[in-house]
Amino acid sequence: MLGGFFMTFLHWAILAPFLFAVLVPLIYKATPRVHTGWFVLSLPVVLFIYFFQLLINGKHKKTIIETVEWIPSLGINFTAYLDGLGLLFSLLITGIGSLVVLYSIYYLSKEKEQLNTFYVYLLMFMGAMLGVVLSDNTIVLYTFWEITSFSSFLLIGYWYHREKSRYGAQKSMLITVFGGLSMLGGFIFLYLITGTFSIRETIAQSEVIITHDLFIPAMILILLGAFTKSAQFPFYIWLPDAMEAPTPVSAYLHSATMVKAGIYLVARLSPIFAYSAEWFWSLSLFGIFTLFWGSFNAVKQTDLKAILAFSTVSQLGMIMSLLGVGAAALHFENFEYYTVAILASVFHLINHATFKGSLFMVVGIVDHETGTRDIRKLGGLMSFMPITFTIAIIGAFSMAGLPPFNGFLSKEMFFTSMLRVLEMGIFQAETWGILLPVLAWIGSVFTFIYSMVLVFKTFTGKQPREKLPKEPHEAPIGMLIPPIILASLVIVFGFFPDLLAYTIIEPTMTSILPSLLSENAHFHVHITMWHGFTPELFMTIGVVTLGTILFLTISKWKKIYELHPEKLTLNKFYDASLSGLDYSSERFTRFYMTGFIRDYLVFIFAFMIVLVGTSIATTGAFSFNTENVAPIGIYEILLAIVMIAGTMTTLFSRSRLTAIIALGSVGYSLSLFFVLFRAPDLALTQLIIETVSVALFLLAFYHLPELKRKEKKLRFRLVNFIISLGVGVIVTLIAISANSERVKETIATYFIENSYKLGGGKNMVNVILVDFRGFDTLFEITVLGIAALAIYSMIKLRLSRGEEG
Amino acid sequence: MKKTRLKTNDIILQTITKIVLFIIVTFSIYLFFAGHNAPGGGFIGGLMTSSAIVLLLIAYDIKTVKKLLPVNYIKIAAAGLFIAVMTGVGSFFFSVPFLTHTFGHFHLPILGDTELATAVLFDLGVYLVVIGVTMTIIQTIGETE
Repeated sequence: MLGGFFMTFLHWAILAPFLFAVLVPLIYKATPRVHTGWFVLSLPVVLFIYFFQLLINGKHKKTIIETVEWIPSLGINFTAYLDGLGLLFSLLITGIGSLVVLYSIYYLSKEKEQLNTFYVYLLMFMGAMLGVVLSDNTIVLYTFWEITSFSSFLLIGYWYHREKSRYGAQKSMLITVFGGLSMLGGFIFLYLITGTFSIRETIAQSEVIITHDLFIPAMILILLGAFTKSAQFPFYIWLPDAMEAPTPVSAYLHSATMVKAGIYLVARLSPIFAYSAEWFWSLSLFGIFTLFWGSFNAVKQTDLKAILAFSTVSQLGMIMSLLGVGAAALHFENFEYYTVAILASVFHLINHATFKGSLFMVVGIVDHETGTRDIRKLGGLMSFMPITFTIAIIGAFSMAGLPPFNGFLSKEMFFTSMLRVLEMGIFQAETWGILLPVLAWIGSVFTFIYSMVLVFKTFTGKQPREKLPKEPHEAPIGMLIPPIILASLVIVFGFFPDLLAYTIIEPTMTSILPSLLSENAHFHVHITMWHGFTPELFMTIGVVTLGTILFLTISKWKKIYELHPEKLTLNKFYDASLSGLDYSSERFTRFYMTGFIRDYLVFIFAFMIVLVGTSIATTGAFSFNTENVAPIGIYEILLAIVMIAGTMTTLFSRSRLTAIIALGSVGYSLSLFFVLFRAPDLALTQLIIETVSVALFLLAFYHLPELKRKEKKLRFRLVNFIISLGVGVIVTLIAISANSERVKETIATYFIENSYKLGGGKNMVNVILVDFRGFDTLFEITVLGIAALAIYSMIKLRLSRGEEG
Repeated sequence: MKKTRLKTNDIILQTITKIVLFIIVTFSIYLFFAGHNAPGGGFIGGLMTSSAIVLLLIAYDIKTVKKLLPVNYIKIAAAGLFIAVMTGVGSFFFSVPFLTHTFGHFHLPILGDTELATAVLFDLGVYLVVIGVTMTIIQTIGETE
């Protein structure tokens, strides 16, 4: 029982941010004097403590699984699943989340900003992100995944009055949702192979999957999801534009958590795909190229946040490539030699969250206290903000891979992993494999340069000549606490990496590559600062030497960035394809949306004639059989004559009024037919419908132009004639065939037998409407409501626009 | 374009409407409640109520009717949709799938043995939506004159 209660708590932990988000607007209204952030802060802190006690108690080493049925008939259940990997991400989400909320209290002024929407979006994101990392069901994971995209969209566009914010929000949305949909496709392929949506059960069948034809398509689609979310080349272009979001958001979503969802996905699904060469190559090559490209481009940026954005892109590429390289360990007996890449990726994931989080907050402080983030305007801030400067030094040196910070440790391991690729001798690694350490090293040089640019261009040098938008001064203490905590972690993890080794890193590695370990075995995790005079050390020394030289001579070689023509950039490609899509879809839509109702009717009816006519002709569905036809009496004949007369009058009448009334008589005669055939419900409905629609016609009457039958050209009338004839013939054929031949037993008997037994009603039609087919009715009335709203708004809008003009 | 008014001062129609209106509305309410066991139901009942209002509109004019029935029909449609959805959601409290209906027989004062069905609640939603939608459309188009 106790266990059961405990498990449910995991579900509540995922849902808590959503529930809290509902309360935020109320809290915001009720307490205008207190910053809403203080209330919100309690939630991530509580959740962090919860996850942290799980870590202390080592619960994640035995995985926790708890299922709540959602759509059991489709195998879609809300299964919360907590293991090392899930816990690591949960801690990041709630831990960084707490710090970011604290930071945001000082960053966003309660007088000027819409705090309620901000915290609603932020909490939505937090819940969704927890859902992504704790779900075992791919469909549930996908749902949460898309919610993270949406909340990211909303947060990037938080300052929606800025054009750039809207542009960035749309870009991130289009790219990540494109990836999300591809990922859904991949999940469905996996389902087709395995017959289950559960990730654990899918992993159990990994041997079936790897030989299946759909293996490669599934892998590509899922990687598209991961690459777009984690901003890998060539999809990274949304991340720099996402920097329009408030800085706490950038620190949280676009560096520490959401962009790592792609990493999470790759790590989570590694047990399925890791054995294949395609997985190894796509991850390591895309990753390493992203590392190089991101760091290379970061150097040319002048906006502090843009530098950090490209830096995030590059670091994510590094983690991605490590996951790819580490996957090769599955092919070796002495796998520990190669799993160092997985170890490095997990370790760097943590390190990146600490140093990049603190750097983002530093940049936020600079922006907040000086009013600009442009490094061309900044300089010499060291004397104004000594604490911020210290934090920046720690963060940037860790990012550059300098001892004694945690970034140095993971960077060394990264070099080790890339060098060991050369020794693998599988997947033709001896040919392309050389690219990995080379690009890794070049990327690291640029990483070193932009880290130095970030610190020294901002904090040292001459103080700015032109006046800054604000008088620079040190930030308030509340804004400094979060980056100080993160910077201290940078140092603590640097000196005592063993704090993490067996508590979280090893369980996470077990989640990523479970098949390597036999029962109760563990990975060996040993992280030290000093390895002796190894190639890695010389690589680092090379990075520092060359990096320093290039940093000092940066103005001399910066021209190489101009070699790359502006027209060929990915951003230009994105913009061009977006406006091209706009233009062509508008052209295409205008081609058939003519604004004439007659044209639309022509399209609809012509389509119906062609479709139904060909299928009747090709399948030979027509049949004529008079066996079950009731005798035709005098009433039927009379009614038919009235109807034909009414129709003819409608067709040939000169005035609209006559046509309307004649059409009404056709409708009333039809309802009399229903009376004859003993269908009182239909008769009643038809009668009232006829009444109401005649009234409606009369109302619309005034707005219609006069009937001008004679002026129409012959061709116009001929088309009308052919189409109306065609529709009449087709409908008649369908009616005759439907009556002549019954392919299957009629469903009516079921309703006759059960409408009273199950529905409690003697009126079968009504029981069908409200009970057996209640869903249909619900949707029908919804459509009715939408139609009413549409007519209302169209007419009202037209009225008011007319008044303006 | 020449402006013609739909309704002149038609005293006969107006007088008859005053009486007939109540008969139609009463009948429509009967149709609504009878719906489960005899011809009728929310859809027909709703249409009939709206046709009564349409009659009123034809006999008088929109301004008069608006004064007489100061209701926002869009809100009625929304309320109806809300009721319909809520009857569906209500099923969750009894751990049965969405929109599961039930019925029972009860002894009520005056009426005697009466069958009460949750489907009627759903039908009430349909009834309101139909009135709301028809009247919104007719009123909106009518007002553009």
